[in-house]
Amino acid sequence: MIDHLPALQVVLPLLAAPLLLFMVRWPTLAWAFTTAVAWATFFVAALLLEQVWGGAVISYAHGGWEPPFGIEYRVDTVNAFVLLIIAGISAIVMPFARDSVEQEVDSNRIAWFYSAFLLANAGLLGIAITGDAFNIFVFFEISAIASYALIAMGRDRRALLSSFNYLIMGTIGTTFLLIGIGFMYMMTGTLNLADLAERLPEVRDTTTIRAAFAFIAVGVSLKLALFPLHLWLPNAYTYAPSMVTVFLSATATKVAIYVLLRFFYSVFGAEFSFGELPMDHVLMPLALLGILLPSIVAIFQDDVKRMLAYSSVAQVGYIILGISFATTLGLTASMLHLFNHAITKAALFMALGAIVYQIGGTQLTRMAGIARDMPWTMAAFVIGGLSLIGVPLTAGFITKWYLLLAALDSGYWPIAVFLLATSLLAVIYIWRVVEVAYFRERPADAPVVSEAPLALLLPTWTLALASILFGIYTALPVGAASRAATILMGGY
Amino acid sequence: MSPHIVLRVGAKVLIPVILLFALYIQFHGEYSPGGGFQAGIIFAAALVLYTLIFGLDAVQRAVPPVAVHLLSAVGALLYIGVGVWAMFAGGNFLEYKVLAADPHLGETMGIILIELGVGITVGAVVISLFYSFAGRTREQEN
Repeated sequence: MIDHLPALQVVLPLLAAPLLLFMVRWPTLAWAFTTAVAWATFFVAALLLEQVWGGAVISYAHGGWEPPFGIEYRVDTVNAFVLLIIAGISAIVMPFARDSVEQEVDSNRIAWFYSAFLLANAGLLGIAITGDAFNIFVFFEISAIASYALIAMGRDRRALLSSFNYLIMGTIGTTFLLIGIGFMYMMTGTLNLADLAERLPEVRDTTTIRAAFAFIAVGVSLKLALFPLHLWLPNAYTYAPSMVTVFLSATATKVAIYVLLRFFYSVFGAEFSFGELPMDHVLMPLALLGILLPSIVAIFQDDVKRMLAYSSVAQVGYIILGISFATTLGLTASMLHLFNHAITKAALFMALGAIVYQIGGTQLTRMAGIARDMPWTMAAFVIGGLSLIGVPLTAGFITKWYLLLAALDSGYWPIAVFLLATSLLAVIYIWRVVEVAYFRERPADAPVVSEAPLALLLPTWTLALASILFGIYTALPVGAASRAATILMGGY
Repeated sequence: MSPHIVLRVGAKVLIPVILLFALYIQFHGEYSPGGGFQAGIIFAAALVLYTLIFGLDAVQRAVPPVAVHLLSAVGALLYIGVGVWAMFAGGNFLEYKVLAADPHLGETMGIILIELGVGITVGAVVISLFYSFAGRTREQEN
């Protein structure tokens, strides 16, 4: 079975999703089954990363059709790292999901909910693992359609509207991607990514390929919520059920960033994307604006979940900034931030999920003095917040450190100053929450609340502690990120 | 019961033919244009026609919504199941030729089973989509 690991990575959740429809009457069973599948998937991802750690590349030919003719799954350190992030987050979120989903989703819909979750999971894993351009599009649609359903299951009626918004924007994004892939297919006659990389140089200086590049860049940027194409994200994250926000914020945009990297570096090649075409000069201003403006908007939000959603847009900005340096060091910082931001943001959204579970909402006014009643939840929130700011000894610091190094290495010292300044914006929006939760009196008419149940606290703290652990012990993320960056710079 | 006798008789004549045609498209898919997707749609179209003439209650007595939901899962499971079966039989995922001793037979078997899975799921999903639209006004009235 070890040879089949790449197929199993996607087949496990894909096989489990329809099976859940037989468990509609037993929500707890559906949850237990989904948890088992999510952990098995995580295990497969860990095994895959271990196998490719030394630089090996695993190629899996579906249906026995040899690449480049058939669909190939191709695993190297770059996507094994992304697979680990997706599968890891979905495994850790499952113990959290039980109580949270039971409260936020109708009980006769819970099995359907988990079915959609597994489909979204399979879709995201599929995008990351496949070595076929058309397959990327198909998996994008699988994960996106499942995500629309998941977001629409939020209790607030605005969830429907934000899901619809996401549907429109997401569809435009994937359509652009498809047009780009179609153009490339027209010019080269192949869909296999490695084969494309080999054949593109011959036809590279044509308008068709440049148009393909533009369509792919814009389409994927929509999916990864690059400023100013991020407008679908804040509402989708705010009104989705807590567990969905945790899962999507940590994985969906990350996978899209991976696809961008794959196309820019592996398929088109760094020399084309950043040499012949000025992608560095396009991405850098967008990244800088994307860090600055959403961070400022985040400061003025009254709903903490929405605030963190804007902060997610800003964090995407940091990742894109690393890419825009077009150096190995910059790429290392970006890959590292995929990992660090995933655990940090998941920890923060889980803490908010615990608060929603206890008081029903995350408006700042309702959270006054909440830290006295929910000390553990808020402590986890503070740790996550510190990591988001980039305080030393947290995962966030490691990323900012590498980004600083990359900026100085490329000679952009004003950007180094800018990074320090924008970290202060994060201090402001996190501090607003801390100030309200710790230093305000609980309003006299506020309902009495107690600490969140252990089932919610344990996963939250696992991730909060992980964001400290990976700020001290950096061998895994930095090792994987630097290997991935080297592979990406080297082309396919 | 609808008073339009022409419609009723017409539908009764047409529906069996449509169902049969769906099966033809389904099982002839690997030789000629067609296949599971088209067959599923045509099959569902017969039920839609039946609903339009005889009403939602009549059709849901024959094909209850729960059964439709389960069938949509069964089709997908059949598809993935064939893929996993190939893995256990010593090939890669969806490598049909290892399914039987004769590779040609294995490939034919694999594609027919997979198309059947597609047909079941597509038909069931289209019917359940139709049910949720058709049942909507009644839900609002209640």
